[in-house]
Amino acid sequence: MAIHNILNTSGEWLRSEGPHHQIVVSSRVRLARNLKSFSFPGWAKKHERLQILETIKPQVEALPEMNDAFSVYSQDLSALEKQVLVERHLISREHAAKGVGSAVVMNRRQTLSIMINEEDHLRMQAIRAGLQLKSVFKMIDKVDSALEERLDYAFHAHLGYLTACPTNVGTGMRASAMVHLPALVMSEQINQVIQAVNKIGLAVRGLYGEGTEALGNLFQVSNQTTLGEKEDEIIARLHKVIEQIIEHEQNARQMLLQKKPNTLLDHIGRGYGILRHAYSMNSKEALNLLSFMKLGIDLGFFPENCRQPIDELFMETQPAHLQKGTQQKLAAEERDSLRAEIVRAKLSEFPRPDIGPSKPPGPSEGNGSQN
Amino acid sequence: MHCDVCKTNQATVFLTQIVEGKMQKVNLCEACSKEKGVTDPTGFALADLLLGLGAAQEMERGGAVQKCLVCGFSQADFKKTGRLGCASCYTTFADGLSSLLKGMHKGTEHLGKVPARLAKTLERESALKTLQRDLRKAVADEDYESAASIRDQIRHLDVE
Repeated sequence: MAIHNILNTSGEWLRSEGPHHQIVVSSRVRLARNLKSFSFPGWAKKHERLQILETIKPQVEALPEMNDAFSVYSQDLSALEKQVLVERHLISREHAAKGVGSAVVMNRRQTLSIMINEEDHLRMQAIRAGLQLKSVFKMIDKVDSALEERLDYAFHAHLGYLTACPTNVGTGMRASAMVHLPALVMSEQINQVIQAVNKIGLAVRGLYGEGTEALGNLFQVSNQTTLGEKEDEIIARLHKVIEQIIEHEQNARQMLLQKKPNTLLDHIGRGYGILRHAYSMNSKEALNLLSFMKLGIDLGFFPENCRQPIDELFMETQPAHLQKGTQQKLAAEERDSLRAEIVRAKLSEFPRPDIGPSKPPGPSEGNGSQN
Repeated sequence: MHCDVCKTNQATVFLTQIVEGKMQKVNLCEACSKEKGVTDPTGFALADLLLGLGAAQEMERGGAVQKCLVCGFSQADFKKTGRLGCASCYTTFADGLSSLLKGMHKGTEHLGKVPARLAKTLERESALKTLQRDLRKAVADEDYESAASIRDQIRHLDVE
């Protein structure tokens, strides 16, 4: 399968579906594995990395799940193509920086992706829409079990799967869910939630993982530790916490509707107005405004058929996705105007927010305005 | 007090976080705290930050071994990258790593999945270890009857 097939079809997990899909965008589980008798990729010399690559790649391609897969060496992907894959969470930012000696194999549905010679010899992930950590884990566990029959993993009786970074040793598993929490951000409760989640050994990060900003009110919640706990226990704990976060977000939404309806409607109305009429927009602004549109749909201010186009725009307004259709690389200004154009076109048929007869409320909303 | 990251500027930001009952502390200067995103409300867990800082020192305290015989990776390399060289490094630097892992994870023993192919071998190895310990004890206690039976069990395992 060719790269353009991957680039031109969005992954299955981008569809607005799955349990709790309004708040949980996607669930992802990745496993880190290494071969016994080779140095880890960061320390291995180039010839050794090539040897590792040629040991692993055929075995990955032979998996039944990888029937009709897209398989490519890192040096055969352009910087832009790599960036598109990063934006779709199919490869990591670190992997995008790799050249000769690395590769990625992914299935047609873009639910499975296996990076070879990233930080570890194998980084394999499964991703799906909505909250379904358990089934996502099953998917990747099956792939792992098939591969371990043919590859000699580095495994220690007490420490489990050995990884380049000691933070991943043990299960080598990182399970995460991407959650959309606009109401917790607006009501300034998000820090409390993050702190509470941190306290029980889970991490909250921005859109693209470690050290990235939480754009568009999107957060990744994941397990922090990998040693001393079974995989299914980690998954169950994370699942429970995500369910609680969903509940908090829903409560925060109800509170905003009751106590600060004008603030809420103002955000959504401005989002709608700017997205429909702007002629230049950077990706940060786009994500933040799209977040309010998504919230507006969740709250019934827009019809349900607006959901899919908005969810698609979250991806299509990202810098690399924007440029994949254009012939040459665009300057920042050109990107911003192209972005605004795409957004305007997609929203041209959108009705105005239907705030219903009961809203907006009376004149007194305290000092509900924001700066 | 100096900043834990740049080690030159005066530390003005003091962070303490309790994760599952373990206290983690870090002192930073203004510039480094901004760079590491700790002042950013969405900047989150200390663990990522601490890993880069404390890890190397923990390793140094661990012992005299400087270099992995299998891959040539050294403690200095770990200090630079925060990553290890190969699977054998876990054995080479075991002493230093054990306290590092203890502070970093929920436990010190892997409880999760075991590769099916290895499961049997590992089980036998651990059974063998237990038997050998029992055997030594039996001999020391001059309980030769038990010793003989244990020796037979060990032989049996070896044949398998």
